[in-house]
Amino acid sequence: MQAKTLAALQQARSARKAIVLATRLSDAAETLIYPDRVEGAQAGDATLVAAARRALGTGKSETIDVGSEKIFLNVYVPPPRLIIVGAVHIAQTLAPMATMLEFDVTVVDPRGAWATSQRFPGVKIIKEWADEAFQEMGLDVSTAVVTLTHDPKLDDPALESALKSDAFYIGALGSRKTHAKRKERLSQVGITDEMFARVHGPVGLNIGAKSPAEIAVSILGQIIEVRARRLEALAVPKVVAA
Amino acid sequence: MSDALEVLDQVGKWKEAGKGVAVATVIVTWGSSPRPVGSQLGVDETGAMVGSVSGGCIEGAVVKEALDAIKDGKPRLLDFGVSDEQAWDVGLACGGKVQVFVEKVN
Repeated sequence: MQAKTLAALQQARSARKAIVLATRLSDAAETLIYPDRVEGAQAGDATLVAAARRALGTGKSETIDVGSEKIFLNVYVPPPRLIIVGAVHIAQTLAPMATMLEFDVTVVDPRGAWATSQRFPGVKIIKEWADEAFQEMGLDVSTAVVTLTHDPKLDDPALESALKSDAFYIGALGSRKTHAKRKERLSQVGITDEMFARVHGPVGLNIGAKSPAEIAVSILGQIIEVRARRLEALAVPKVVAA
Repeated sequence: MSDALEVLDQVGKWKEAGKGVAVATVIVTWGSSPRPVGSQLGVDETGAMVGSVSGGCIEGAVVKEALDAIKDGKPRLLDFGVSDEQAWDVGLACGGKVQVFVEKVN
């Protein structure tokens, strides 16, 4: 691997862009395939580039034959992102657990007393209203959003904004009763029942979680499940199409 | 897959520190293998490791090849599995097979 390839992979990650590194196994020659451009040893090989673009779509790394050469296509996709709305007690365990699961974690809370680096060491913190923060961040298909504040003033705009995005998971803490009221309030700002159905609430898998850490586990279990099902569903039709 | 990027981060740090470094990548798997295609292990010239290419079954053998690759600069393609002649030493207990590509970082 060339040092400049390493730098390109790291740069793609920090920009949250997917990239494919094609390595010719006979001599380790490298080609980088971006969604919009190709660079490197085999940039002119149409068969290789087409296969790499397909891999970019499915997110699956694989070894392929191009002519008499074996080429390994390594797909680097940005890590999934978890945005936690509410720098509350549950968030203090949810954030480090999600980081261990290799989520890129951000805590959003406009209340300065809650959203401190002391309470969330090493975690990205945005001290803004969620809808404003979401606009800057751009919620893509690899983003999960969980609201934890219990406060409609903070949670509702976050959910409204998340529901209008491509986020793959949206969860809201609160009892069934709270959730029903939430649905009612959001219907008044144009969120239909069909749209609202995307919100997982009460949030998390039903494992009888009580403590903040247990609730964090139930939330993360649900996010992992939703993400895995989505990736499975994505992979199947792409292969058929290929 | 994000762990692969963390491996590359550490590899970059070793490289900046002037160390010889190699990267091993799982490129093909058959049957039940512990780590998916694309999983990576970074190795520096002292044998320090980051990441993984198996549940720990073959890392020892991969590190040895990585150290050789750091010395001679040649890429290597390694096969591991129950049918492998080295099975008694470094085979995969799960019964799977993996192919690992090892290359020096230049």
